[in-house]
Amino acid sequence: MKVALISARKAGMVSCHDCHLLSRMPKISGQQVAHCPRCGVVLHQRKPNSIMRTWALVITAMIFYVPANVLPMTVTSALGTTQADTIMSGVIYFIHSGSWEIALVVFVASIFIPFLKFIIIIYLLLSVQFKSIKRPRDRTILYRITGAVGRWSMVDIFVVTILIALVQLGFLANIAAGPAAIYFATMVVITMVAAESFDPRLIWDVVDEKHE
Amino acid sequence: MHQIACHECDLIHDIPPMPTRGAACCVRCGAVLLRAQANSIDRTIAWTTAGLVLYVVAVTFPFLAMRSGSIIQETALLTGIQQLYSQGIYMLAFLVLLTCILIPLGQMLGLLYIFIPLKLNVRVKFAIPVFRLFQHFKPWSMMEIYMLGILIAMVKLGKMATIVPGLAVIAFGLLIFVLNFAITAVDSHMVWERLGGES
Ligand SMILES: [Zn+2]
Ligand SMILES: [Zn+2]
Repeated sequence: MKVALISARKAGMVSCHDCHLLSRMPKISGQQVAHCPRCGVVLHQRKPNSIMRTWALVITAMIFYVPANVLPMTVTSALGTTQADTIMSGVIYFIHSGSWEIALVVFVASIFIPFLKFIIIIYLLLSVQFKSIKRPRDRTILYRITGAVGRWSMVDIFVVTILIALVQLGFLANIAAGPAAIYFATMVVITMVAAESFDPRLIWDVVDEKHE
Repeated sequence: MHQIACHECDLIHDIPPMPTRGAACCVRCGAVLLRAQANSIDRTIAWTTAGLVLYVVAVTFPFLAMRSGSIIQETALLTGIQQLYSQGIYMLAFLVLLTCILIPLGQMLGLLYIFIPLKLNVRVKFAIPVFRLFQHFKPWSMMEIYMLGILIAMVKLGKMATIVPGLAVIAFGLLIFVLNFAITAVDSHMVWERLGGES
């Protein structure tokens, strides 16, 4: 595999987002757009407005993170008493009942991963905005990690769904989804979109510029 | 010999003709540029067909049952979604329906829609948008995460009652692997070349 050691943008080329065809970037002005000669999608050398879009999404997700953790995720009623559980009180319940591995899984997926994603995405955004040239390869790997782990936060929503299904007729207890569930699900979806809207090539653009 | 740019760092690479099995990685950032698959078309069709059979079993047969004393309560895969809907939480019901039921089905139907015509060497309408959708929806198919959710829910309810997994859970578990094999067998570079080259 031979490498020209030049980025597609520098070479006046553009790589299609969808089919990865490398083609010459046509000269366009104003409102015009260029389309991929192979699959027809609109071509962009970088994801449009990546930095601002990602900031907006990550901040929105962080706002949703608060009610998702503070409000109850499930409301259980049994024998006349009701009990509201947040994500954290669910984790504590698992620790007390001796299933610490499940406690760990829920904690990592629901509380730690979203938090980690916020930190990584903000770090990547700032590193590009402040034109850092440090460890671009490691930052690309961080980007790859955020893309891969975020979906696993969804697990708590599925737990609630399954609990509701199993305890539906209320012969033992009755479980309803609490208000946190919607905030939580929205937060996970927005964080996934945020990770997707960041363009890792921006990391390398800075490196390319500094090498000139 | 053709050129592609890394989708993560934009570096241009010359790609020689690939061996039937093998991957090309970016020399600068390490991203996998492309991965060749032997027999991509036949393997994708075979795994996807097996997946559809498992899918029908997973959706129609009893999923989980809860036994407490003499009372047995059976649920299906869709029960939780129906309950969320009847509790008025439409957005969650829709999200679970989409990520665990509709998108996996859409992925399988989409793959067959693209790969059977490729096998038969015929052209079909909308093959390019269908394959584009297939690629974009990949992270939104969440059956394996749902399976982890089942495990957690079983531990949570284990103190109150006995949870009995039904035939559908087994089919669902197998489907996760089978669908994963089907998706890995897809040689997207080859698909784009064939879809684009014919037009
Ligand atoms: Zn294209
Ligand atoms: Zn690269």
